[in-house]
Order: sequence, then C-alpha cells, then structure tokens
Amino acid sequence: MVEFTLPKNSKVKAGNSLLASPDVKRVKEIHIYRFEPEDAQNPRLDRYQIDLDQCGSKVLDAIIKIKDELDPTVTFRRSCREGVCGSCAMNINGKNTLACLVAIADYPAVISIYPLPHLKVIKDLVVDMTSFYQQYASIEPWLQQNNSEAVRGTEDSVASGAREQLQSIDERKQLDGVYECVLCACCSASCPSYWWNGDRYLGPAVLLQAYRWLVESRDDQKDQRLDALNDAFKVYRCHTIMNCTDTCPKGLNPAKAIAEIKKMLVQR
Amino acid sequence: MHKPAYKIIEHNYDVVVVGAGGAGLRAAFGMAEKGLKTACLSKVFPTRSHTVAAQGGVSAALGNMGEDDWRYHMYDTVKGSDWLGDQDAIEYMCKEAIPAIIELEGYGVPFSRTPEGKIYQRAFGGMTTHFGKGQAKRTCAAADATGHAILHTLYQQALKHQTEFFIEYIVLDLIMEQGECRGVLAWCLEDGSLHLFTAQMTVMATGGYGRGYFSCTSAHTVTGDGNAMVLRAGLPLQDMEFVQFHPTGIYGEGCLISEGVRGEGGFLTNAEGERFMARYAPSAGDLASRDVVSRAITLEINEGRGVGADKDHVFLHLEHLDRALLNERLPGITETARVFAGVDVTQEPIPVIPTVHYSMGGIPTNRFAEVVTAVEGNPDVVVPGLMAIGEAACVSVHGANRLGSNSLLDLIVFGRAAANRCAEIVVPGQKLKPLQQAACEAALARFDRIRYSKGDLLPSEIRLAMQKEMQKSAAVFRTADLLHQGVVNMEAIARSFARVRVTDASLIWNTDLVETLELDNLLAQMRVTMHAAHNRTESRGSHAREDFPERDDVNWLKHTVIWLQNETVRIGYRPVHLYTLSDDVDVIPPARRVY
Repeated sequence: MVEFTLPKNSKVKAGNSLLASPDVKRVKEIHIYRFEPEDAQNPRLDRYQIDLDQCGSKVLDAIIKIKDELDPTVTFRRSCREGVCGSCAMNINGKNTLACLVAIADYPAVISIYPLPHLKVIKDLVVDMTSFYQQYASIEPWLQQNNSEAVRGTEDSVASGAREQLQSIDERKQLDGVYECVLCACCSASCPSYWWNGDRYLGPAVLLQAYRWLVESRDDQKDQRLDALNDAFKVYRCHTIMNCTDTCPKGLNPAKAIAEIKKMLVQR
Repeated sequence: MHKPAYKIIEHNYDVVVVGAGGAGLRAAFGMAEKGLKTACLSKVFPTRSHTVAAQGGVSAALGNMGEDDWRYHMYDTVKGSDWLGDQDAIEYMCKEAIPAIIELEGYGVPFSRTPEGKIYQRAFGGMTTHFGKGQAKRTCAAADATGHAILHTLYQQALKHQTEFFIEYIVLDLIMEQGECRGVLAWCLEDGSLHLFTAQMTVMATGGYGRGYFSCTSAHTVTGDGNAMVLRAGLPLQDMEFVQFHPTGIYGEGCLISEGVRGEGGFLTNAEGERFMARYAPSAGDLASRDVVSRAITLEINEGRGVGADKDHVFLHLEHLDRALLNERLPGITETARVFAGVDVTQEPIPVIPTVHYSMGGIPTNRFAEVVTAVEGNPDVVVPGLMAIGEAACVSVHGANRLGSNSLLDLIVFGRAAANRCAEIVVPGQKLKPLQQAACEAALARFDRIRYSKGDLLPSEIRLAMQKEMQKSAAVFRTADLLHQGVVNMEAIARSFARVRVTDASLIWNTDLVETLELDNLLAQMRVTMHAAHNRTESRGSHAREDFPERDDVNWLKHTVIWLQNETVRIGYRPVHLYTLSDDVDVIPPARRVY
C-alpha cells in the first residue's frame, strides 16, 4: 500500500507563546515556524505578539524585533534590508517574498512565517540552497567568447590598451529585467514543477539567468548554451504555471524568459 | 578554567581569502587563475555581500562622455581625501582604474551604454576635469545597480575559475605565530563544526563597520569582523576616526539613495525651498564632496531650516527629471523610495538625512595590499602572511573622505593587486611549517567563553547602547566635550559585554552567537574610533571638530594608528605619503579645500 501520510517528524506542532502585555495598544501577532536540528523534536509554530508602535514598518523589522527582544533563538538569514541581497526570502502568509520589502501593514490579521517551501530546512527559516546554487553554476553563467578573435578581459588584452567592447543601447536593453535577479529563490520555491522535479528541472530563477546569457550580445555561445538546455527536463518541465512571475519580489518575469527560451529552442 | 573540547578540521591552502564581496572575490579568483590553491571564506553567500548594494557606479577616467585624464581623477581623489590620502597609492589606483574597468567589461558586467555603444559614465560628487575647473563624467554605471552588476559578475568569474568557497563560515580569529599570520579559525554554521585554515597568505576582505552606528546604509552583516580580529592579534588599525556620512540616506530607514541621483540632476532643498548647497559649495553645488554636503545638511537642520514635523531632515528632488531618464538610469532608487519612503519620485521629493555609510579607516596596508604596522620608528613594517583589501583596508586611497564611486574602484584595483602580489611571493603547493599545539587556544577560548555567556544583558541591549552612543558622540560634528563623554561611555558599554547572555546553546546556525561575536567585534572598533576621534584635534574631511574647525597640516598631516592591547588603547602615527609613484604626475601639495 502506498502511504499518503507525511512522516511523523514532519508534523508541525503548536509551540510556545510569548504574548504582549495587556497595556500594549497596537498588538501584532506573528507566527513563526521553528525547527531545531540539534534535538529530535518535531517542528513547531511559535506565537509572538509585538508592539507595533515600537517596531519598524517591514516584516523583517518585526522578525528582528522578536529576535532582539523576545526570543534570541529565532533563526533566519538577513543582510541588506533593502531588497538587493536576496537573503531574507521566506514564505509570508502563503507567498514567497523578501521580508525586508513587505510592510507589516499589508497583512491585516496574523502574519504566519514559514521557510521557503520544498527546500530542506536546516533550522527555523534557514533552508538548504546548495542544489539551487549548483544548478546556477551548471548553466555556466559567465561571458563566453570562444569564437572571438580577441578574448577580452585577460591580462594581455588589458595591458595592450584594449578598450571596451561596444554594445548598442538596444542590445543592452535586452538585459533589463533579467540581470537584476538577486538569486533569492522565491520563484523556484514557488513552482510546483520545481517542487516535483527540482533535481532535473532547472527552475525559473536559474532559467532566467540562462536567458540572460542567451540574449547577451557579447556572448557567442548561444548554440552551445541552447544545446545544453535541450532535454526533457531542464526547460520543458515548465508548464507555464506562472507562480514564479507572480511571486518575484523584484517584479521580474521569469515565466516570460522561459517562454523565450522555448521559442529559441524551436526556432533555431 | 575548563579547556574547551572542540574537534577541529584542518585545511591547508596557499591562500585564504576572508570575505567574498567585490574585493574578496576579485582577489580569490585572481589567485585561482594564477594557479594558487585558494579558499574563499564568507559569512554570507557571495552575491549577498554588501558590495551588491552599491548603486551609482565605479570611477575611471575613460573619457567616454567628454574629456578626462587619470591625473584629474588623482587630483580629485587627493583633494577629496583632504590630503590625508597616500599619493603613491592614489596614483596607482587612478591609473589602474582604466584597465580595471575594461577588464570588468570583458568579464561581462552589464554597464549602461552611450549612443556609440561605449560604457555610460555619469557625474559624481567631487569628480572634476582640469583640476577642479569642470564637472567630470567619470563614474561608469550599470543603471543604479552597479554594485549588483559587478558583484554578480565577479561571482560568475569565480565560478568560471572554480574558486573553492566555504560559505556561511564565521571566521573567529587570525592564527598568529611570532608576528606572522598563519591562517584563520572558522566556524561552519551549517553543521556547527570548527575549521582551521592554514595558508601562506591570509587576505582580509571583511568590509567596513557601519553597524556600529544606529543609523547606517550598511547591511546588518557590516560589522568589520576582520578589523576586530586584527586588533585582537595585537596589530593596529589606521584612521578609524574617519567615518563617512552619506548625505542622502532615507530619513528614518537609512536606506541609501545614490549620489548618482544628484549626478543625473537631482538637488537638495531646505524648509524654505532653497537649494542651499549653492551657499556652501558655490562651484560644485549639489555635487560637492560627501563630507561637505553632509555638513551643509546638518547645519541647515541645526539652524532650524530642516523639513518635516521635527524639522530634522531635508528634501532630495527628482520630480523635475524626465521619466524616461528615471526608468533607464534610476529605476532602483525609484523603487527604493517608493518602498521605504512611500514616495513617488515623479511627484514629490525624498526625505533624506546624512547616514553612516563608509569607513575610510581600517587595516593599514601598502599599495601591494600587504598589511603594515608601525614598529619603533619604522612606519612600514610588513606583517608576514597577512593582507587586507577593500573597505577593511586603509591603503590609504581615501584619506579623510572618500569620493563617491571610488570604493568599487578600490575593491577591483586592490583585489587584483593582492592577487598579483601573491603570484609573486606565494609558492604554489609549498608545504607549511607545522603550527604549535596551542596555536588555536586563544581563539577557541574566546569562542567558548562567549558561547556560554550567562549574564543579564541581551546582545541587542548592549548593541543598541553602543549604536546610540556612536550616533550621539561621533557624528557629523564633534566636540571635545562630546568625545570625552563618548570615550567614557563607550568604555563602560564595552565593559558591559562581560554581562552578555547568549540564549541559543546550539552550534548549528546559532545566529544568536553570531550576533554576539559580531557585537564583540564592533565594540572593539567603536572604542578605537571614539578614542581616535577624541585624539585628533583638527577638522579634516569627515572628521569635523567644532572646537577645532580648521585643518592643521603642521600637527596633523599624519595617519592615526591605534592599538588595543591588554584592554588599553595606544595611539601612534604614520606619515602621509606626499610623493607619487612615477614621474607621470606631480605631487599635489596641500591646499585649501573649496568646492
């Protein structure tokens, strides 16, 4: 018989509650998924109440406040706090996003915070992104000019007083909306197809970067790059579900990039 | 005292690079490219390093948008530094800037382009032509996400060169033996294990220490860990009193709004709607050097001409700029202003305030990136086995005040210089002499002591006290009274660290412990910053003393070097290099600094 229930230790149990004192006027309740790898306990959902009058405006501010004042063991990644480093990707009320970019005020009721879905949880909101990074490396995301007469950027070319390669404004425009990706993995972790075939389907974030090099006018390995993508899984497991584009906290459109790659594969 | 029982995993490399921002990455793959076995350790995944947040651009006298010359760039940098910069190093940086940018373009950085297809360059503060006469367009930009574009490209090059990374490793301390650096001890967050990395050369690329202040543009991770390790190793830091306030951080949030905004035509106004910069910098106006603009804003606020309910900030205007230009050149700050200030920049101004942004000071090095210390009259004693680059280093190319877009340049030029130097002096595969048994003991003892801290103060309480004290006593304008009290208070705050409590007892991803270790690092740096600021009785660059309003070249044309030993502070000095590297350019003698 196939077993359809989840393993016992994956069940999320009710956790601790740290509630605000009754005299706090603007209370906000925040639930955070907790998992401690160094004990054998199941994950749990802890409840915290904070005073909104003493808190910054973003969800990340609230989580930091909880860590600073209520529970220093709450664990999450964060760095720039302005949406450019991609560290604080998490699932907030069902949607993957960067906690530093979303306002507490955008969530009228309780805020529930979970790690990015379908990635192995290391601790609390920290997930294992090893496979995501390996897939990024697998598309060889660097400028390749194997056919060019002069390979740029080498010590020799620089010493000889070489100048930059020319690129028209229109050629450069191809990269807008593409190069800005912060590798937060919100999109890939929102994709049901990636949940199912994350080992062989590259997922939207990595495909967006694959596309970035396919439309780079300075790169001359387009055919080879397309060859490398052309199997049943890497691109074609995209079923245009569009969760990626819907969830991207930077407003990028990975689904469109994937569609463009599919067109390139068919048209060449 | 109980002896901590930790299992330590050993690794041997030719070179260990600590930090994977712009400087660390450029150094690490440069070394790998030259056949050196290189490990690059970082507390965050490389593309999350704070280089990613640089917006406006990277300077180089390419002359794509008008006449330019690296000598003009050098003049501007020396003047910007208020003559505290070392002119040989500045010559090197400004000359090397041109090939360094061409190299970056060759790596694939998506620079914006001119109609001819060349790299787009914009105006920036303090960047002039003909030695102060015209406004230069020298800052090479990828829209307003230049740091992002460069950092991701450098990481891609590191992948290409198969650089070995150790990511989410917290480096705890340098391992020193007889004055020589032998490597580092690090803690892996993923599984909680400890690692000893030994190498012929250790390169600190650990960034600045903006998080010592309450309001900064810096990321949460910008805690100057490398600087603190150097202090604990008994080595000095240099010019720590020089902390840059960026004129335009978003009021209340601290997020950076690029100087590129003013480079593209944006301007500042006070409560009377006056473009006040014209009074402070008649010729450069809104594009004066950062220290000048930050002081002007502070004076406007102090004199009651600030905007807002509390009259405590000013406005940065972009409403008059063409929408197409905003979309093409400033899309990132348009978004940042919307998210963090609730402002539609096409309709209304952004509320801004001078915000801590950059550390001119750091680990003293020569222009080869080798760490130096002053010993008995010799100011240039090289510390064997140790290098520093990027914001962590004080070469010094920025002196008392860094020009905007010179920091990305610093990363690239000196990251590359470190790789070149290592190719000369590190022998690939050379067997390392064995370490003494007790080599890691001090580092382990510190780690163990802090890990089991059971006091009555949360790290966040001590951190907040430190940040507020720095903000109050070592801000844009400083006085002897404020700094004296600041020294006393900061010493007390640092002592209160003995009462800290670490709540999380685990070793896997214990960010409570990470933040406490970072706090310890910050406290050491804030102590020396406060002492150095109190000690320097003149005004120069970012260090503005109300009680000593003039620059004093007779007594103070020298670098501060400051040690923290046996819980006491010791101050010494190194001479400023008032000489050039070659005959291609003349020394720029100290002069009055007017914009």
